[in-house]
Amino acid sequence: METHDLEEILRRHPFFEGLAPELARLVRGCARMQRFDPGRRLFREGQPAEHLYVLRRGRVALELAAPGHRALVFQTVDAGDIIGIASLVPPYRSLYDARAVERTVVIAIEARCIREKCESDPRLGYELMKRLVPVLFQRLSATRLQLLDVYGPPAR
Amino acid sequence: MSTARLRADPAVADPLLPRPVRLRRRRREIAGVWSLELVPADGGTLDFAPGQFSMLTVFGIGEVPISVSGRTADGAGLVHTVRAVGAVSGALCALRPGDLLGLRGPYGNGWPVAEAAAGHAVVMAGGLGLAPLRPAVEALVAEGVPLLLLYGARSPAEILFASDLARWATRPGVRVEVTVDHAGPEWRGHVGVVTKLVPHLPPEAADGLALLCGPEIMMRFAAAALGGAGLAEERIFLSMERNMKCAVGLCGHCQFGPHFVCRDGPVFRLDAVASLLRIEEL
Amino acid sequence: MGEPDGHGASVAELDALLKALAARGRRLIGPTIRDGAILYEEIEGVADLPRGWTDEHAPGSYRLWRRADDALFGHVVGPRSWKHFLHPPERELWRARLADGAVTFDPAPPPVERLALVGVRACELAAIRIHDRVFLDGPFADPHYRALRERLFVLAVDCGEPAATCFCASMDTGPAVREGFDLALTEIVVGGERRFLLRSGSPAGRALVAELGLAPARPEERAAADGVRAGAVRAMGRAMPDVDIRGLLLAGLDHPRWERIAERCLACGNCTLVCPTCFCTTVEDGDDLLTGETVRSQRWDSCFSADFSYIHGHVVRASTAARYRQWLVHKLATWHDQFGSSGCVGCGRCITWCPVGIDITEEVAAFAAERAAVAG
Repeated sequence: METHDLEEILRRHPFFEGLAPELARLVRGCARMQRFDPGRRLFREGQPAEHLYVLRRGRVALELAAPGHRALVFQTVDAGDIIGIASLVPPYRSLYDARAVERTVVIAIEARCIREKCESDPRLGYELMKRLVPVLFQRLSATRLQLLDVYGPPAR
Repeated sequence: MSTARLRADPAVADPLLPRPVRLRRRRREIAGVWSLELVPADGGTLDFAPGQFSMLTVFGIGEVPISVSGRTADGAGLVHTVRAVGAVSGALCALRPGDLLGLRGPYGNGWPVAEAAAGHAVVMAGGLGLAPLRPAVEALVAEGVPLLLLYGARSPAEILFASDLARWATRPGVRVEVTVDHAGPEWRGHVGVVTKLVPHLPPEAADGLALLCGPEIMMRFAAAALGGAGLAEERIFLSMERNMKCAVGLCGHCQFGPHFVCRDGPVFRLDAVASLLRIEEL
Repeated sequence: MGEPDGHGASVAELDALLKALAARGRRLIGPTIRDGAILYEEIEGVADLPRGWTDEHAPGSYRLWRRADDALFGHVVGPRSWKHFLHPPERELWRARLADGAVTFDPAPPPVERLALVGVRACELAAIRIHDRVFLDGPFADPHYRALRERLFVLAVDCGEPAATCFCASMDTGPAVREGFDLALTEIVVGGERRFLLRSGSPAGRALVAELGLAPARPEERAAADGVRAGAVRAMGRAMPDVDIRGLLLAGLDHPRWERIAERCLACGNCTLVCPTCFCTTVEDGDDLLTGETVRSQRWDSCFSADFSYIHGHVVRASTAARYRQWLVHKLATWHDQFGSSGCVGCGRCITWCPVGIDITEEVAAFAAERAAVAG
């Protein structure tokens, strides 16, 4: 059920919606299915960022830890979304921890593989960037709102 | 589509004179936020429409507008939820059961509950904004209206009315999604802004109404997100807040553009105020 | 306009009329000189009026000058308006006593005063009409204002010599008195004699005229009065531009000009104090140390004050620009939405008593000119 269906699964995922079949095939060549049990980390802060993760099921918490403090979750990401964008931006290092909150199923896309394919086929590169920019944009706007701390009691 | 407007009791000759009420019971909701059960001390009754507010007087200290967040279980009084941020609200939160206060109102128009009950309803609340929405949600849930409730709070410890949220989530046709701005690792729910939950909207939501209440920034962004999800401005209602002194349209303080929030609001349909919300310091 | 024909009166007869009003149990309030200004205070007769005085107005400037003649009403408006009496700067709302686990309220009794306002100008009549709408026409009426208003006697006066800051003609509120008075008079000089043309506007006015046995107006008196009124229109000091001011200001809420005005505006609130239609109030709770009662009082407030728009932890209108905008947009634009008319009657007080001389007619003209420039 997995092998030839992975391309179909990719094309049906909200992030890759509308991707031409030949480009989906290129992505498929870098992709595999992966599962994470609750509490397992997809990646850790400071590690080389090697995969772009496309979430199919479950929930991932993005968090930061500081010495002497508990980890602070600043974002959760659900099915249909993506994480691991640091794997496409030099120096390709993760900026935070990503931990599965629920049993999470992802399509893990090997970053070096997809970067090389984007270099040789700019069409693929553009389709990927076209989809990434809105995600980054939404996250930036959302982060700004969170930064404003609007629900808290007013500062004295 | 009109919002409910209650006339004040005509038997009250002087709208500036409070009636005496007694604090029967109080309950700490989250840090710095209390719900006060107030019952009449003059033998009368208290009634309200969801979305209205009362002017509560702590004798010798002052008077502030506080949302009515529900009716007492026996129906004799009203529940008001207060955050202690100033002299009067702080004094309200320090009152003991049996203490006397003054109450004027309730004032203002209310949520369009009857119209919202006609189809699918979306309720978006942020922080303390859930308080004036709670009685509307109770009414919608009681009538079995299909409902999506999106609630945002600062952190898990600051989720207001957590037990009510949990209870509503068990009702058929009701979906509750809660998100926080940040959390510790034990939190298994959403972390992020409440607008991120809007893509969860079912398609039939675009034909129903949306009720919004929370900090003004949050309401602006929530309204924009709902618009992006296909809801027309005429279907979105929000609750505005401004400084109030008289609450009866005579003191001028609560003006928001041409509107007196105390009597033209606090509930406004979005198309009536959308252009005003964009203006800074209005 | 009152009855068309009217009656004539001498200065002595006017004095007798005022004394007759007092004899009917009325408290007379009229213009009188105090502290270098013409203020509305309690008066007894013609002798208290600022006879032979006039006032010179300019942006940020006001002073009194001796006239060459001895006109009784040869001035316009002072820093006080009739709202000092109909909508007092401070009044007690109620007292409450807590004892034995119960609270008893003692609301302030409604006023029973019967005031007679002497020398009310056309712009001020318009301001009183506006306050009638504010305080009486909404879902909640102000019982204190109603009690004073129902008992009010208004003796109005046509303006003969508008000041430099007057613009009532362009606001369509004056200079001639039109309606809302019990008696209206026009000060005239006929055959070298100072006299008054009196028009009645109510049964109370007519009764007073009849009691005094005043003679019907002579044609030369009516002609002289017409001349005074026509002269006033011609001599108007300023004009508000003839544009859709409401539309203009509501379309320009984020116009950079508000910031430019704010560079001059001190947010002192003088304009709101002297404006006859400003009505904002605040409420204060305190304790009476002698009786141990809680007292709630109402007093005037100004949208320019720092905490006017305070809500839990922050002020909505923190900048001077936002506060000035609130005042002017309310006065000239949103007042229409709320009360069905402009909030400005063209009395010019805000221009005269602004310490930096901000002129709202000039500001509206500037907004209009900039919009015209943009529209090409």
